[in-house]
Parts: sequence; structure tokens; C-alpha cells
Amino acid sequence: MALLIKNGRVLDPATGLDEIMDVLIDGGRIRALARGLKPAAGSGAEDVSVLDAAGLVVLPGLIDMHTHLREPGHEYKETIQTGSRAGAAGGFTSLACMANTSPPNDSASVTEFILEKARKEACVNIYPVGALTRGLKGEELTEIGDLKEAGVVALSDDGHTVKNAAIMRRGLEYARNFSLPVICHCEESDLAGSGVMHEGVTSALLGLRGIPPVAEEIIVAREIALSEWTRHPVHIAHVSTAGSVQIIRAAKARGVKITAETAPHYFTLTEEAVRTFDTNTKINPPLRSEKDVEAIKEGLRDGTIDVIASDHAPHSSLEKDVEYDTAAFGIIGLETSLALTLQLVSQQVMSLSQAVKKMTVNPAAILGLDKGRLCEGADADITIVDMDQEYAVDVSAFKSKSKNSPFHGWRLKGRVLYTLVSGTMVFQAKN
Amino acid sequence: MELRKKDLLTIRDLSPEEILFILDTAESMKEISTRDIKKVPTLRGKTVINLFYEASTRTRTSFEIAGKRLSADVINISSSTSSTTKGETLKDTGRNLQAMNPDLIVIRHAAAGAPKILADALPVPVINAGDGAHEHPTQALLDAFTIREKKKTIAGLTVTIIGDITHSRVARSNIALLQKMGAKVRLSGPYTMVPPHIGALGVTFIPDIGEAIRGADVIMMLRIQLERQQHGLFPTVREYARFFGLSRDKLQQAKPDVLIMHPGPLNRGVEISPDVADGPYSIILDQVTNGVAVRMALLYLLIGK
Repeated sequence: MALLIKNGRVLDPATGLDEIMDVLIDGGRIRALARGLKPAAGSGAEDVSVLDAAGLVVLPGLIDMHTHLREPGHEYKETIQTGSRAGAAGGFTSLACMANTSPPNDSASVTEFILEKARKEACVNIYPVGALTRGLKGEELTEIGDLKEAGVVALSDDGHTVKNAAIMRRGLEYARNFSLPVICHCEESDLAGSGVMHEGVTSALLGLRGIPPVAEEIIVAREIALSEWTRHPVHIAHVSTAGSVQIIRAAKARGVKITAETAPHYFTLTEEAVRTFDTNTKINPPLRSEKDVEAIKEGLRDGTIDVIASDHAPHSSLEKDVEYDTAAFGIIGLETSLALTLQLVSQQVMSLSQAVKKMTVNPAAILGLDKGRLCEGADADITIVDMDQEYAVDVSAFKSKSKNSPFHGWRLKGRVLYTLVSGTMVFQAKN
Repeated sequence: MELRKKDLLTIRDLSPEEILFILDTAESMKEISTRDIKKVPTLRGKTVINLFYEASTRTRTSFEIAGKRLSADVINISSSTSSTTKGETLKDTGRNLQAMNPDLIVIRHAAAGAPKILADALPVPVINAGDGAHEHPTQALLDAFTIREKKKTIAGLTVTIIGDITHSRVARSNIALLQKMGAKVRLSGPYTMVPPHIGALGVTFIPDIGEAIRGADVIMMLRIQLERQQHGLFPTVREYARFFGLSRDKLQQAKPDVLIMHPGPLNRGVEISPDVADGPYSIILDQVTNGVAVRMALLYLLIGK
């Protein structure tokens, strides 16, 4: 059945398109993109339903290149099914899921399991990220060729830095044979120590152990140097400090092929949020200072940071309803990422097109996916948003199995009304 | 006047008026401990639970004596006898205690913020007897009481705190309290034990201990945990004592009427030399005596009315 989306403000950030148009979808693809399309025109289909998108924004389906879906192993926190539904509710049509499951995704059989589960139960596209080292231990490389054949789109030991720089070097070199980008979690573990929050004014006040910004920056610098030496691209995950932004900016200026992402909480919250000892503010890397938040915004504005990713990290009350010191790191983000990013648009940090680019074409390009476009012939992955609708964030209404969000109760603007994957409606907001 | 909150979790929660009110109440409590029969019926029929997840002799005993002098029934639970070894969460332990209808819980815990978990989850008043490196509000109150007893006032005094600031809940509570009451706070010690952003708390850091002592009205020495040496925070105990310990020699730079305080337990010969600890300027044992009075005052103000 064909679908005609009428009179929406259609964006395709890859080309800069931003116009009121109609979009005709048939056979899972975008067939036509023009003003004044008639239900019968072009497609030859008799049965065309019409969706009135007047006053709404029609975007290429969002891509989240950094999520944790917890399956296999931690299904009580999230599953591929519930995570995909949370993604759809947040406007995401594609998710790349990190390898730190149990067992970790460090072999083709785990990758195949994830993809098989996704085929049966997920309502959005799932792209597994394989581990760079066996068991995420940083000691021996995984069978990267096998992983690639099984379907991984990138490699990462996310959650850990590969401590041994020589192993990291070999990992980058070997990944180069298979053209798989390597995503780096940057944290010097001795400096981070047993820290639970940013080392700064608030940790001085609260007496919580601090994680200094240099713990991140030292490894960002190391990974960039290794990328330069091996001539293989690295992607820096969840950038959180002003120093990291500066190091990445300088590397890009001299032509190093690196990319970087940040997460909405790093441009929305500061270390101040920890004052309440709410464990939903415990994240790794930690919430930083005001100065860092400003630098992240500037990095997004000037293109130093290419991608906004959620780092969706579901945890249950077992891990979160405990003392701050013992709580697990991580917060969920699939269902708040877009609205938090739109705050940057209203603060005029970025244009809407720039912001959407960081959630569509840019991650697609890094992962080598033929996604993130809204043009004739593209897969009909589409997100339709009411930019003006204000709503209160309510974790109990989340599709995610976990509720660990620091944004519960916040009033946000910009609501996903419809999400389509290959032309199929996978989410529709309740009024 | 009444305290605004049901709990005492941090000094930051208290107004200067509330602090004065607590100190004034403690004045009248102090006399009780000097009587032949050191007991009044004020808290008869009330149950106070001391829930201690960390070893403590002084603070636990002080709370126990304070409760008993006010005729409360005091129950002590220490980590070795608690349910934590059976994997029960703090909140569940709290709910179980609440189900037995206590009137107040005193908690000490190694994790900063742990008392707040109980206070938020339970209707019973909670007193923080030390949470990680966060706060130790009753220590700061008894320190303030002792300073006021000797110096008549706190406003305008210069207080120097020396030692492991990073890991010290005593330092954090004292900084907050002394500033609220109008004292100037200086800090000193090795840079390895001072949070880099401590200046944001409105204190002055002086790396040289002699200079930090000069002109100070009060010197508070902090306990050094000797195992920190293994983490590179200081090279040897000997060197620490030599450069950052308080000796008679270094005291020559101090005011003639300086007061020397220490929250205990002492590492004699490390952060404080024996002659200074036992010397004429030391009010370390007055602190301990006053601890009982201050805790009696708090029990009375939170559940005695």
C-alpha cells in the first residue's frame, strides 16, 4: 500500500533541501518528492492513503550510532524488541548497538543471533557493532573478518579503552583490511580510578570521587595519533570535555580522518545535576562543567563534532536504586534525544538542518550505511515531528524497559508523531 | 524556634540561626553530663537506632551516651551484624527498621549521599553521622560549640584546616559551618590531597603550612589514612610528618592563644606530634566532651518536642 505525506516541511540535510512538499512512498521506498502530488500520481498504485503533514516537519529517519540494547544477557534491562520500540518512539529508524552484551558481541555467532532476533522482533533497523578485542578485554583481537561477514558495521570495545596501545594499533591496522571504522571509548583507567563523577567544583563539595577531564583527553589524543599513524579512521565516542573538543578540532584541521560524537546530556546537563545524589546523573563519561558544555555546543556548531548519539544505556532499579558509589553508569536516551537536540536549534547553536544531519547522514556515512537521506529512491525511513508541541517527559510512558532518565518531569518541545521504517508505520503518537 | 527539616544530613541544609539554636540548646545539655545522676527523662519511650556501616568508636559511643542520658532506648547495629552481608539494599534495611517504629535513625556509611537515601525513603528523622567524604555535620557542630566556648564567638576568626582535605567529611562540614558563621577558612596540606577546585568553595589554600598557621586563631588537624601512601598521595609517613605534621617547632609561627583541634582518632607522630596533642593549646578532649552535649541537643530538637 502506498502512502502520500502531504504538505509537510521536508528536510534532506544531505542536499540542504528544506521546503514544503509532498512525499510519495511505495514498496518501501520514496517514489516521488514534489509539490502538489496527487494520490494516484506516479506510483500506479490504486490504494494510496494520505497523511496530512501540514505544520509538521518530515525528516529522514534518525540514526542512533550508539545504543545499548542489552540482548543477549541483560534482557531484564532492555531487549532488541523493547529497545527498537523505544527507538521508534524517539524518531529513530536505525540503531547501532554496542558489543558489551553478555556474552559480548565478539564472534560471528553472537552477531548472527542479534540480527536474527532483530529480523523477528525489532521494528527498526538494527546494526550490530562488534567487539575489537575478545571479551572486551583489550588483549587479543576478535575475528574481525568473520564479524564483518556476519554483519557488523563497526568495531568497538565501548565501555572500555583498549589499554595496551600496541593492541589498539594492531586493531586499527587489521580493521583497515575490512574497512570497518573503530569507535573509541576514551578513558585512561588509572586516572579515572574509582571515580563516580566529574572532578570539579561539585565533587569538591560532595566528596564523591572525581574523574578528571584529562582521563578522557589523554586517550582522545592517543587514538588520534594512532589513527594518523595507521591511516585508519577512528570515531571518538561520547565526547564530554572542552579539551577533547580542542584536540579533535586541531586534528581535523591538519587533515586527520577522524569523526566524533557527543550525547544530548553532555550539552544539556552539568555536574551540578549530581548535587541531589540522583543516580540517574551517574554516567560515564560524567556530566562535566558549564565550560565543557559550552565547548561541546561550539564543537557541534563548527562541525568538530559530527554526530549526536544517545548512548542509550538501560539499567533497572537493581543497578540504580542504590548508593551513588555503587550505582551503575549510564542513562537511557532514545526517547529524549531529539527533543533535547531541538533545544540547541531554538538556542540557535545550530540550524535544524545541521542538527538533523548529525542524526542522519553523518552517522550513516561513518558506518557506511545507505541511509539517512530523504530523496527519490531512498529507503522510506521517515520521522515526522511536530516542532511546536510541548510535553512533559514521563518515564512511565517510555517504551524502553528501563526508566533511568535524568529528564523525567522536564518540559520539552518537539514531539515525534510518526515513525516509518521502509514505508511501514512503526510508531504513531497517541493524542 | 524549630529546625525546618526532619533530618540532619548536611551543614549546608542549616541556616546560621539554626546553627546558633543548636549550639545554644547544647549549652543547656552540657550541664546534665556533670551531674551525679546523668539522666533526664526527656526521651523516655523513644527508640534511637545507631546504624553504623563503618567502624567507629567515638561517634557511635557519643550518640549512644547522648541518647541514654536523655532516657531514649538506643540500639546499635554495626555492619558486621547487619543484613548487608546477606545482600540487602540500604533502602530495604531502612524500610525494615522503619517497620519496627523507631523514632530516629543515626547512620554512618562509606558512601556519600547514603543518609539521604534513608531520609528520602523513610518518615523517621535521620541524622548523618558521616557519609563517605561528604559530610559529618555533628562533628562540625561540636567543633563550633568548642570554638565558641573558648573564643566566645566564631565570626571573624581565622581557622586553618590542615591535611587530607579531599577525603575528609570533617573538612567539608567545617568549611560550610565556619563560613556560615562568618569565620575565614584557610586550608593547607599536600596538593595531592586537595581537590583542584576547592577555591570555588570560598576558602584560601596555602601550600606552606607555616604560612597557613601564621595568624590563625584555630588549627584543625585532619587524620591521615596511612594506606593513602600506597596510592601516591605522599611519599612516606616520615616525610608527611616532617612537612605537614603539626610539631611544636611549627607552632612557633602561631598566635599565642591559638587552639588546636583534631577530630580523632589521632595518628600520634604523623599529623600531630605527641607534645602538641597533649600540650596547652590542645582542646581535643573538650571536643569529645562537647560531642555528647551537641548530640543530646540534636536528639532533643529532632524528636523531643
